[in-house]
Amino acid sequence: MWGLNLPVVLALAAIGGVLAWRRANTLVWLLYTGGALWAFFRFGFAVPIPQSVATIYLGITGLALVCYASSSRERLSETIQPIQRLILEPRYRLALAGLLVALPALAAYNVYADLTVPLEAPGFGREVHPPPPTEMTVHDETIDMATAENPYLHYKHDDPELYAEHLENGRRVYYENCFWCHGDGMGGDGMFAHGLNPVPSNFNDVGTLPILQSSFVQWRIAKGAPGLPASGTPWDSAMPAWEKFLTNEEMWDVNLFIYDFNGYEPRALGQH
Amino acid sequence: MNRNRIIFGIGVLAFVSVIATVRLGGFLVDNEYRQPDRQVAAQEEQGEAELTPRQQGIADEQAADEAEARARPYEEAEYRTVSFVGSRVTVWVLAQLHLLFAAFVLAVPLFAFIIEFVGYVKKEERYNKLAYEFTKLLSVSFSMTATFGAFLTFGLIILYPKFTNYLMHIFSPTFLPYVLLFFLEALFLYSYYYGWGKFGPKMHLFLGFMLNIVGTAIMFIANAWLTFMMSPGRRDDVDGDGVPDFVSAVSESGALLSLRDAFFNFTWMPINIHRIIANVAFGGSIAAAYAAFRYLQAKTDEEKAHFDWMGYVGNFVAIIAFLPLPFAGYYLAAEIYAFSQTLGIQMMGGTFSWLFVIQAALIGNLFLGANYYLWLGMGRMEGGVHFQKFIKWLLIAIALCFAVWATPRYAISSVSEIAAMGGSSHPQLSYLGQMSAKNTAVNILILSTYMSFLLYRRTGRQSVHPHRQLLTRAQAIVFSSAAALVTFYGVYGYFVDSATRIRFAIPQVYSVLAALVVITVIDLPLYRNARQSGETKWGKVPAISQYALIFIALSFTWLMGLMGYVRSGLRQEWHVYGVVLDTSPDAYTPSLGFATQVVSVTVLIFFGLIGVVFWLSSLGGKKDWEPKAVADGDGRLEGGQAA
Repeated sequence: MWGLNLPVVLALAAIGGVLAWRRANTLVWLLYTGGALWAFFRFGFAVPIPQSVATIYLGITGLALVCYASSSRERLSETIQPIQRLILEPRYRLALAGLLVALPALAAYNVYADLTVPLEAPGFGREVHPPPPTEMTVHDETIDMATAENPYLHYKHDDPELYAEHLENGRRVYYENCFWCHGDGMGGDGMFAHGLNPVPSNFNDVGTLPILQSSFVQWRIAKGAPGLPASGTPWDSAMPAWEKFLTNEEMWDVNLFIYDFNGYEPRALGQH
Repeated sequence: MNRNRIIFGIGVLAFVSVIATVRLGGFLVDNEYRQPDRQVAAQEEQGEAELTPRQQGIADEQAADEAEARARPYEEAEYRTVSFVGSRVTVWVLAQLHLLFAAFVLAVPLFAFIIEFVGYVKKEERYNKLAYEFTKLLSVSFSMTATFGAFLTFGLIILYPKFTNYLMHIFSPTFLPYVLLFFLEALFLYSYYYGWGKFGPKMHLFLGFMLNIVGTAIMFIANAWLTFMMSPGRRDDVDGDGVPDFVSAVSESGALLSLRDAFFNFTWMPINIHRIIANVAFGGSIAAAYAAFRYLQAKTDEEKAHFDWMGYVGNFVAIIAFLPLPFAGYYLAAEIYAFSQTLGIQMMGGTFSWLFVIQAALIGNLFLGANYYLWLGMGRMEGGVHFQKFIKWLLIAIALCFAVWATPRYAISSVSEIAAMGGSSHPQLSYLGQMSAKNTAVNILILSTYMSFLLYRRTGRQSVHPHRQLLTRAQAIVFSSAAALVTFYGVYGYFVDSATRIRFAIPQVYSVLAALVVITVIDLPLYRNARQSGETKWGKVPAISQYALIFIALSFTWLMGLMGYVRSGLRQEWHVYGVVLDTSPDAYTPSLGFATQVVSVTVLIFFGLIGVVFWLSSLGGKKDWEPKAVADGDGRLEGGQAA
């Protein structure tokens, strides 16, 4: 349920219930909370959480527990007194001896466990939103990514007939080349989409086209997956570099068409 | 043996050791191996000794170097290098140290002036004394700021001469006003400090006011230089179509077109606002750390009480300034994104986005540290036990929000972890890495911190207001409503499209700010003339609270260094973005690990130096030096006193 490993969660809750019933002291509660959260992060999820995230969580847990234990003189005293009794009172001598063996043994086991981690290829992190370059060259034409706009967009107001021609050309290019993956309705659900990972972009999403300048979209069309920066790899995107198949005008036209089809305007320079 | 004699003996020994080492080196060089050649021996006897192969080699090298030097034409250097650390790290560390001291020097007068003003209005001498204590830190810090400013200027001129020359080409008209303002700042700062008690209160407050005005003006000028490097132009609707256009301050070749556009550039005002707020937060935390340092050194109850109060006020200033800081940061980031999508995506989605995970951890630490200090502060008041039961729940809320804020959207994972998760994001935890969860977490953190402050404020006090029950309930309703609204928008954000989700941040922020204002407005009359159930014992707080103050100061400093690196590093291979390319060997983005190491070392150096500032500032309160009294043979001290 909810991706949790229920037996582990229930067992930890049951231990907590027993401690509440027995009115455990502050130190026991602190030890239980630290241990239970460690066990929860380690075994409590059906899909284990990455070690890096677990380390962040345990660091926060440790810090919070230290803060709680020392947040007042009374609480600090409640935490320390059982430890003092364990060390000083003769009746706990056996428990103390056990602890003196257990703590170094735990440290030794930790070292052993760290040294016997099975070998595996190093992990990698890739950028999900790779930044575009400051400029790019397509068919010998250099485009400044910060300031470039679709050269045919202004026809929308200046020459609607010419604008319609470019749109029509963009429609042709789209339905000849793009709809296989991006779909008839541009929802990223074309007939090949189910076989691709990552899935093709959904142009209907208000979080995609409107937040991008048309120069960014042109960069993605022209350079495709091979043109992604190194930080964006490993990238299994199937997006081709369309500059190898289309002219600059065809790419700007399809760029125009996908914005127009979805009823969006490209994000302008200086727009939030 | 007399201690001074031992020190003198060690000094002599060290001197003799150095001389002996130099002499030994000379002896070894003079007695190097020579061939036992009879002919050489004969030539030596006749005074026609040939050079040894080594001497010959050295002479040839010198001759070749001299010939090369004479033949070499004069060339303008583009870059110069520093061995071992490199040019970039040198300038980076110097700039960061200069900025940290400058931030401190600009911030302290701001709240010293406010505290002095409060003391003047309330006619309470203790505020005046506190403001003076803060001001004591200024004179040495001012010298440090100027020293590192000079270091930085020399570093730029020597190591990046061509780029520095370019900046001079753009901004040289601003240099004279800068110098004049700096001179005025020195004048106002020293007259404010040394004139304490020498001028009338109004005149003195005027000096403090002018010190702040001049200091802020200096920062605004320096901010123009650095923001120009990021956004060399301004935004304006030139063609009147309602869509802002980018007006470049320089031509394509980099020649200046408009100093006004270069100065009032795109990111200038966002940086100004962000820095003013951040400086106050940082300055407050450093001043609180100074108070902690003095508290831990204090011998008398009176000293402890004074520095405990000073630490509390410094921390209060820091936290109050810290609360709006995320919003100012958001504004700055939005403006950077608006200026350039490349910079924006690089910052929040690219390599630099990982630094925001570290930032989240640091800010979480700051919230935790600030709350912890307030909880410990309840120990100052008699009757503080009443609110202790709430600490557990506040801590749980803070730790949960901290964890949510520090959860990355895409975790650093090993191959087997990625295989288990089916990608870089965890099926459940990735929800916590999204904007909805993070906005909710930070708003609840702010509310929780404010709740801790309210509990602290009420500890040991009982309201005597006739409608106290009604007003307290009203506060509870406002607080719960704000928390519920923030949580509602946080959860609802998962069910709407991203553009709508982004807009949810606004009602979340406004509901929290409104709650803070309304609760404060109710609280002021509610606890006016409140009955004290016990005395506030300043100076009786546990010593660990003082370490919490130092921890907060350290976290603030580290955070400033880290975020400063993000802002500056975003330009990547550009000195001036899109205009002047960095062609030096350092024109690459360092690894995140290396960058954090540089920031850490800089923070350590800063704390070493600020330790010196603390020590020098604390000398004023120490007793004057007096010659030691030496007993004579009759058991009488010099000066006639009985031994």
